[in-house]
Amino acid sequence: MRRSRDRARRSWRIARALLSSQYATMLEYRAEIALWALAGVLPLIMLGVWQGSGAGVAAGLSPQALGRYFLAAFVVRQFTVVWLIHVFEEDALQGKLSPQLLQPLHPLWRYLASHLAEQATRLPFVLVMLALVALWQPGILPMPGPGRLLLAVLAIAAAFALRFILHIILTMACFWTERAAALDRLLLIPYLFLSGLVAPLSTFPPSVRALAEATPFPSMLAFPAALLAGEPVNVAAGFAGIGAWCALLLPIALLLWRAGIRRYAALGA
Amino acid sequence: MVRANRRSRLQRYRRTLLRFWGTALAAELEYGANALVELLAVLGNLAGSLFVLSLLYGNGRSLGGWSWDAALVVLGLYTLLDGFTSCLLQPNLSKIVGHVQNGTLDFVLLKPIDSQFWLSARQVSPWGLPGVLAGLVLIAIGLANATPPIGWRDPIALLQPLGLGFTLLLCAAAILYSLWFLMAGLSIWFVKVWNATEVLRTTLVAGRYPVSAYPPALRLLFTFVLPVAFLTTVPAEALLGRASTGWVAGSLLAAVLSLIFSRVFWRRALRHYTSASS
Repeated sequence: MRRSRDRARRSWRIARALLSSQYATMLEYRAEIALWALAGVLPLIMLGVWQGSGAGVAAGLSPQALGRYFLAAFVVRQFTVVWLIHVFEEDALQGKLSPQLLQPLHPLWRYLASHLAEQATRLPFVLVMLALVALWQPGILPMPGPGRLLLAVLAIAAAFALRFILHIILTMACFWTERAAALDRLLLIPYLFLSGLVAPLSTFPPSVRALAEATPFPSMLAFPAALLAGEPVNVAAGFAGIGAWCALLLPIALLLWRAGIRRYAALGA
Repeated sequence: MVRANRRSRLQRYRRTLLRFWGTALAAELEYGANALVELLAVLGNLAGSLFVLSLLYGNGRSLGGWSWDAALVVLGLYTLLDGFTSCLLQPNLSKIVGHVQNGTLDFVLLKPIDSQFWLSARQVSPWGLPGVLAGLVLIAIGLANATPPIGWRDPIALLQPLGLGFTLLLCAAAILYSLWFLMAGLSIWFVKVWNATEVLRTTLVAGRYPVSAYPPALRLLFTFVLPVAFLTTVPAEALLGRASTGWVAGSLLAAVLSLIFSRVFWRRALRHYTSASS
């Protein structure tokens, strides 16, 4: 009993130290993070295209619903960005991973903390961009009630967790090849076109939609975005989908990590 | 005497460029698996873009007054320019930031060659070629099916839109280069902004669609602030044989001005540069 409490206290201390130190680092890079936030404007560009075309109305989406959806997709995208493979590749190649392996803490926690800290740094910039869009087209700002908002935040966090796990699997390629970061480009393609980032899933032809929904990508974006936009959505099924994908991918990720670490040690250089 | 001097200088730059690219290619070809990744990325992106375009065009709709085939030419030009970016701009200009951060820019400045030339042309990557090729194929398909049909029977009449389109494509490349160089060069002032070029790349995605597809406010933005219109829409119109004098003149002017501006900008940046230690 006492032991488990000590353990919980220790974990809490570590988490707090990690998060606060990572947050301080990220604040140093706030100019860059502002640019990253700006780089997430793709849903807003797509909103421009969709509003100019009759395709949204043909699929039963009013201009306002279209606007809300893409704005919500913009917010979800901002807080589910994962750049693990790029930093990990550098750390593995330059040997910065070695001292981390000596610490009594799984190195992946550190990367997770820096992602969370980056999101906290990103928040004010996203709010400013949302305010600008609201000035331009006041009608399209999603206004979920407090319950919906809480659910949407939870869904975004769950979607981020799923993306992070998927990226761990991809990142483990760093142990086998020197230029693994190129793989990120490949993973980005199905995410871009099947998640609902560039087109709402309801505009897809039924067969393509079924195909997309068989992949984890819509859970990463379309589901949280629909929640945030206030569309009617099956909440339980959405969360269950994310949970199932996490349960499937996490063991694979951990297994690959073990195999990769053994290889890293074997390289020894 | 002056002319001979200039010619020998030009030859020196040409020889250096060949050496640069020879060594860069040799280094890149060490990573053969990248070719497969790039090929898959280009094909995947193309399939996705065509899919989204087909969603927008379903049931006989049109986009900003552009027919499907005309929009294919725009998408082809975008793919082509994206390939050009992967070949030349990205491998070179994304490294400027690293040079500033690590202080290795000093070594570049000490070399007996123009520093802007070195920074812009030192590397070349073959992995953008699939994009260039796919873009050319898309443009050809779009042009072949476009209405009014391009007169294939009459090569002389064909020469004019193709020539003008090619010229405007060169202008687009010049504008794109200047934008990239500007974003990368800003790192001299803001050392910690190392991803500015990636931001540029993601916002230029707007060039996949003709600029008239956007609402008026964005159209202005994409013409005067972020000149996406000159990158894909204007060359596409020329290729389709419906170029307007105003846009062509604007494109030429924008290209010349942006090149001059990049030069002036680099001079100022170097005056401001105080090396890594200070």
